[in-house]
Amino acid sequence: MNIIDNKKIYFTISGVLVVVSLFSIFMWGIQLGIDFKGGTLIEVEYGATRPDIRTIEALIAEFSLGDVRIQEAGEKGIIIRTRTLDNIEHISLLSSLKTGDETLFEKRFTSVGPILGEELKNKAITALIITTIVIVLFIAYAFRHISDSVKSWKYGIAAILALLHDVIIPTGMLSALGKFYGVEADALFITALLAILGLSINDTIVVFDRIRENLKNKISKNFIDTVNISLNQTITRSVNTSVTTLLALVSLFFFGPESTRIFSLVLIVGLVVGTYSSIFIASLLLIILQNKKNR
Amino acid sequence: MSKRYLLPIALILLGVFFGYFDYASEAGTRFAKFPFSLGLDLSGGTHLVYDADLSGVVDGEEKDSLYALRDVIERRVNIFGVSEPLVQVEQNISENGTKGGRLIIELPGVTNVEDTVALIGATPVLEFKIENKNFNSEEVTHNEETGESFYQGRPLLADDVYVSTGLTGRHLKSARLDFNNISSDPFVTLIFNSEGSDIFAELTRDNIGKIIAIYLDGAPITTPVVQNEITGGEAQITGKFTNEEAKLLVGRLNAGALPVPISLLSTQTIGSTLGQDATRDGVKAGLYGLILVALFFMAWYRLPGLFAVISLGFYLVFLLALFKLIPVTLTSAGIAGFILSIGLAVDANVLIFERLKEEQKMEKNTHDAINEAFIRAWASIRDANISSILTAIILFWFGTSLIKGFALTFGLGVLVSMFTAIIFTKSLMLAFIPNNKSTSSAIKFLLGSGLKK
Repeated sequence: MNIIDNKKIYFTISGVLVVVSLFSIFMWGIQLGIDFKGGTLIEVEYGATRPDIRTIEALIAEFSLGDVRIQEAGEKGIIIRTRTLDNIEHISLLSSLKTGDETLFEKRFTSVGPILGEELKNKAITALIITTIVIVLFIAYAFRHISDSVKSWKYGIAAILALLHDVIIPTGMLSALGKFYGVEADALFITALLAILGLSINDTIVVFDRIRENLKNKISKNFIDTVNISLNQTITRSVNTSVTTLLALVSLFFFGPESTRIFSLVLIVGLVVGTYSSIFIASLLLIILQNKKNR
Repeated sequence: MSKRYLLPIALILLGVFFGYFDYASEAGTRFAKFPFSLGLDLSGGTHLVYDADLSGVVDGEEKDSLYALRDVIERRVNIFGVSEPLVQVEQNISENGTKGGRLIIELPGVTNVEDTVALIGATPVLEFKIENKNFNSEEVTHNEETGESFYQGRPLLADDVYVSTGLTGRHLKSARLDFNNISSDPFVTLIFNSEGSDIFAELTRDNIGKIIAIYLDGAPITTPVVQNEITGGEAQITGKFTNEEAKLLVGRLNAGALPVPISLLSTQTIGSTLGQDATRDGVKAGLYGLILVALFFMAWYRLPGLFAVISLGFYLVFLLALFKLIPVTLTSAGIAGFILSIGLAVDANVLIFERLKEEQKMEKNTHDAINEAFIRAWASIRDANISSILTAIILFWFGTSLIKGFALTFGLGVLVSMFTAIIFTKSLMLAFIPNNKSTSSAIKFLLGSGLKK
């Protein structure tokens, strides 16, 4: 399979996905969960029948809590998101939700003050930046003995560009899901992004490793040929490892707990684009970077 | 028996032992002191984060005050009778240089936030007061309709009647719950420290025939008349308590006052049914994921695939045993990390088997090809796994307890799988695959892979 010659097709596919994702992110932003912006989330379940959503809306409106989002959960439950409530507001809201003799069971109550949310946001951004830097440094170090035709930091740059691609697309998806289905980004979303960084770089390193070995063994005089041979040697591995990881993630998505559903979806998308980019994007970027120098 | 069988058989026995350990410790037949430690989102409970205000603390003593805070909170939390409560403090210095601290409390099984928050945050203020000499009871007027009392033209206050004495909860050594011999009503015995005993003796001596009011949290709970001087350093509160209230009061008095003020930043309560559902779904997802990965692997890589699945089994029982022994607190995110690691655990084997295909093409005997494949795949395995482990470490550092759970199971998984995939799979292959370059089509098929025959 000659991967290099079809590079325009691969770049186009990636380019379109990245542009669409960026469009979504800048147009609609990301719905931040209470982990980040602070607020209260209450999940309750009614014993027998759930009152009409409108009835509940009217009940809550009396508290004038400002922007409140009410969502059905399962057959008998509702999820309410509001600004941060204090203890008294929480109690009176709960008792007002009880209509008639209906038993009401509070399944979940989460309240995050704005300070903590701000802190997590800063930490998340720092963690993403540090992970990226550490990975570039690691690649530059791991590939320091590589032949001179392509400097080791170029491997780092190519890997980082591929990583950006892998992170932007799932983030764009989350932004669109937030716009159309109200899906929110929580702390687990950041975890998923960081895990994608780890998985995707893992794939890319295996490909680069092969290129390094083939350069050392002078398998071909031509750098482009060497890359193409290396890609063909590693593609089965990239695909198979992704398949096994996907099988585990798909199982987590369908059978796993509710709380990790969005997390697994983000990871699935990230893994697919990550595998795609390690095969089709990272090495092609390497060739472009190398060409510029030799031109 | 040939030497090459020793290692795989020893590893299989070890795997059986770990499997038995995991099973028996869950079934409770043996090793029962090693249960899985479940996070709050799985067991249900309350998670509270407080800000500790250290601005009033002398420089250099922040740590000590935080530890003192932790001790007091632990005593208060113990009043709940929760099994395995967690109380943590951490010091953080914000960008603008202000000192701050965090107090994190986890109470498994407790879902009544209101009472919890009230009990943790409340500092019981105990005060002893005597009659106000300037108080003239003739100036009190009563409004018969509303039942309100007025003093000098304004509503009557408790402070008009009684004045502080300087004897407070600070002078308390401990408190004890006792029961009246005859009525079996509960009462609380206060035991003063030596300074408190002296003040109390003096107060009782000077106020014989008068009232000494005992105030709790700003309200008089009992107003006994002093009969004679009390020198033993003990006083009794005989309010109208239920047994529960008296017990709680003793607990609160013994817990003492907080060394620094705290304010609530976040609360999280998970009902136990939600936790049970999450646990059940997590286990189900893990099991299905494992079966899917195993089926795919055996279908694609055949005999070596089977060996890899056996080492995956070893990986599982070993990792679960590690979770119990360390112990790692499992959360739904932790389970997700674990499931993700199942998919990744076979990665090293994929790398090796793909190498093996290449090595076999060069006319080598099978064992040389296997050894060569393991050696040559190592650089890739090492570099790829280091990046995963680095990510796990950063996540662990970044983490709230939820994310730490993910980072820990994921990181441990990657680390352990690297060794099971290399050592265990290799020993199985060397032991059970014949060394001669066989021409038998059955062997060729078993060592092949993918869609080819």
